[in-house]
Amino acid sequence: MDRAPHQNRPAVIDIHDVTVAYHRKPVLWDIDLAIAEPSLVAVLGPNGAGKSTLVKAVLGLVPLVSGEVKVLGERISRERKLIGYVPQRESVDWDFPVTVLDVVLMGTYGRLGWFRRPGKSERQSAMECLERVGLAPLAHQQIGQLSGGQQQRAFLARALAQDAVLYFMDEPMAGVDAATERVIFGLLRELHSLGKTVVVVHHDLRTVPTYFDDVILLNRRLVAYGKVETTFTTENLRKTYGGQLAALEIAAEAVQASARE
Amino acid sequence: MLDYNTAVVLVGVTALAVTSGVVGTFLVLRRRALAGDALAHASLPGLVGAFLLFERRDLYLLLSGALISALLGIAVIAALRRYTRIKEDAAIGIVLSVFFGAGIVLSRLAQNRTTAGSKAGLDSFLLGKTAGMIYQDALIIVILSLVTLGIVFVLFKELKLVTFDPGFAIAQGWPTLGLDLMILSLVAVNVMIGLPAVGVVLVAALLILPAVSARFWTERLDTMILLAAGFGAIIGITGTFLSASFDRFPAGPVIILTGSFVLGISMLAAPRRGLVVQVIRDYRFRKEIECRALLEEIYEFAEQRSWPTKEQVLHRSGERAALRRLIHQGLVREMGNDHLELTTPGMRRAESVVLGSRLWKMFLDTHPDLAGSLVDLSHESVDEILPPDTVRELNELVRLQGRWPSLSAR
Repeated sequence: MDRAPHQNRPAVIDIHDVTVAYHRKPVLWDIDLAIAEPSLVAVLGPNGAGKSTLVKAVLGLVPLVSGEVKVLGERISRERKLIGYVPQRESVDWDFPVTVLDVVLMGTYGRLGWFRRPGKSERQSAMECLERVGLAPLAHQQIGQLSGGQQQRAFLARALAQDAVLYFMDEPMAGVDAATERVIFGLLRELHSLGKTVVVVHHDLRTVPTYFDDVILLNRRLVAYGKVETTFTTENLRKTYGGQLAALEIAAEAVQASARE
Repeated sequence: MLDYNTAVVLVGVTALAVTSGVVGTFLVLRRRALAGDALAHASLPGLVGAFLLFERRDLYLLLSGALISALLGIAVIAALRRYTRIKEDAAIGIVLSVFFGAGIVLSRLAQNRTTAGSKAGLDSFLLGKTAGMIYQDALIIVILSLVTLGIVFVLFKELKLVTFDPGFAIAQGWPTLGLDLMILSLVAVNVMIGLPAVGVVLVAALLILPAVSARFWTERLDTMILLAAGFGAIIGITGTFLSASFDRFPAGPVIILTGSFVLGISMLAAPRRGLVVQVIRDYRFRKEIECRALLEEIYEFAEQRSWPTKEQVLHRSGERAALRRLIHQGLVREMGNDHLELTTPGMRRAESVVLGSRLWKMFLDTHPDLAGSLVDLSHESVDEILPPDTVRELNELVRLQGRWPSLSAR
């Protein structure tokens, strides 16, 4: 990608006054946020803070009550080909009769457009994406035979096949094994080094400083957005999680202790 | 010999059933199987209403009325879901029963107003009547079927994506709602042309049965669609002949019973997903696990003391059966005074079983976080599942604890 600095290059994402409501209750309220430069961003917040909704609102998967979203200065409907998406793993039926390769090929559909079927070159690039996530040997398996972490990696490979400039990932690290987590973080770094922006809905606060440059702290309202060093602070986390943070830690420890028994 | 009328019906019903199988596949995979049923039931008030309004029994007039009220039914389902807190399954249930109830009441009204001949005509729409199908009807069914199949073929990629992952499809810029509506309209048209032959009550089963049957035989969408079409053809042909020979029964139930026979066979006999194979596989697996457990027990007994007597290792009847198998396989032999001993191949096998089980248990102890998703009893050895460095680490730990199985070396 062209990384030459432009004088007035448009922001990668510009979220302006976005409100999303479900049965009149705001899930996101007046979110104003611009990601100016390509970066690796974690979206953090307690359960029900609207983290996934933020991603879905940007992608147009949920209707906005008000506001607008621009990607690279254009309305999102015109820039779909630049956007890669990794939905939550639970969002699809893994008993669906398709192979792992079929799923990854779906990443190329946007480029192909109407009616055209994926051909040899699409297959080849899909296989390369599978190799990058370490699933090439499983390409012809039905997707239901994959483990949870492998399913997540298949989704990741599909997003890679989109060959996008901007990626949204909805909890890619939820319930995956250590190997998958390593693969995912390796890819995040790689994508970032290629000048791409990756926005990741994330729940594990411990790994944030290791893997991300920027954080978006969300609790229906935007609490803070900025560099990890300056924004990922106890003060901001308390504002985001309220009294819950302490409770959250205790709960997490209790769960771990009971799992060990 | 095939007479002309039967041939016409045969072509019509078969084309109908083939197309139903194809569009039904998308409906079933999208978990919308009940939408077809709602469409069919919701068509009744429109069908009867058209008759009451125009007082004519023109088939295409009636079917147009049916299509209008069916689409209205679907719109009501969508509206209930969107604007109230009623969930989709309840919304489908409401529309299906309310529209059908209204249709029945209207048809009694029609009976009171008209002559006996006309009312019999309306009643046949409930349970279907293939005998009335004429050349022109069959021709229209065939044309609409070809159009439907053509659309599915051209849009195969798009429909596959929208059915598998609608969220991703929207994010990629596909008009998911439009494609969904298109599939529903194909279903609606299919239901309408099926109404006279199969009837309001059962026409939706023609969408579901071939698709669900096909799913048992394959893990590929394209194969599943071809199979569903094939099963549709079988159901159409067999159903037509059966309903022709049992004149006293309405056609719908006869055709659908044929379909349920296809489903029954698929459910039982399919090679990987079928019940018979599953039961056999479970049975074999249980036997295998029991044999492994007994080998392990004999081995560990010998490790600590000496070769055990039967009494010392056999506690349940399942274990006696396992022992017979092991002896039959030449892995264990009976010595005098009721003692059991591992043969040379038995020793090799037992050592591999014991090592596998100790490595797995070590993995459970050292990686409790991953154990749940990775441990798999069908794999005796850890090598195939865990990464090599983990396997090395586990081997080391088992050695350190002095638990490496080494009885054969003594």
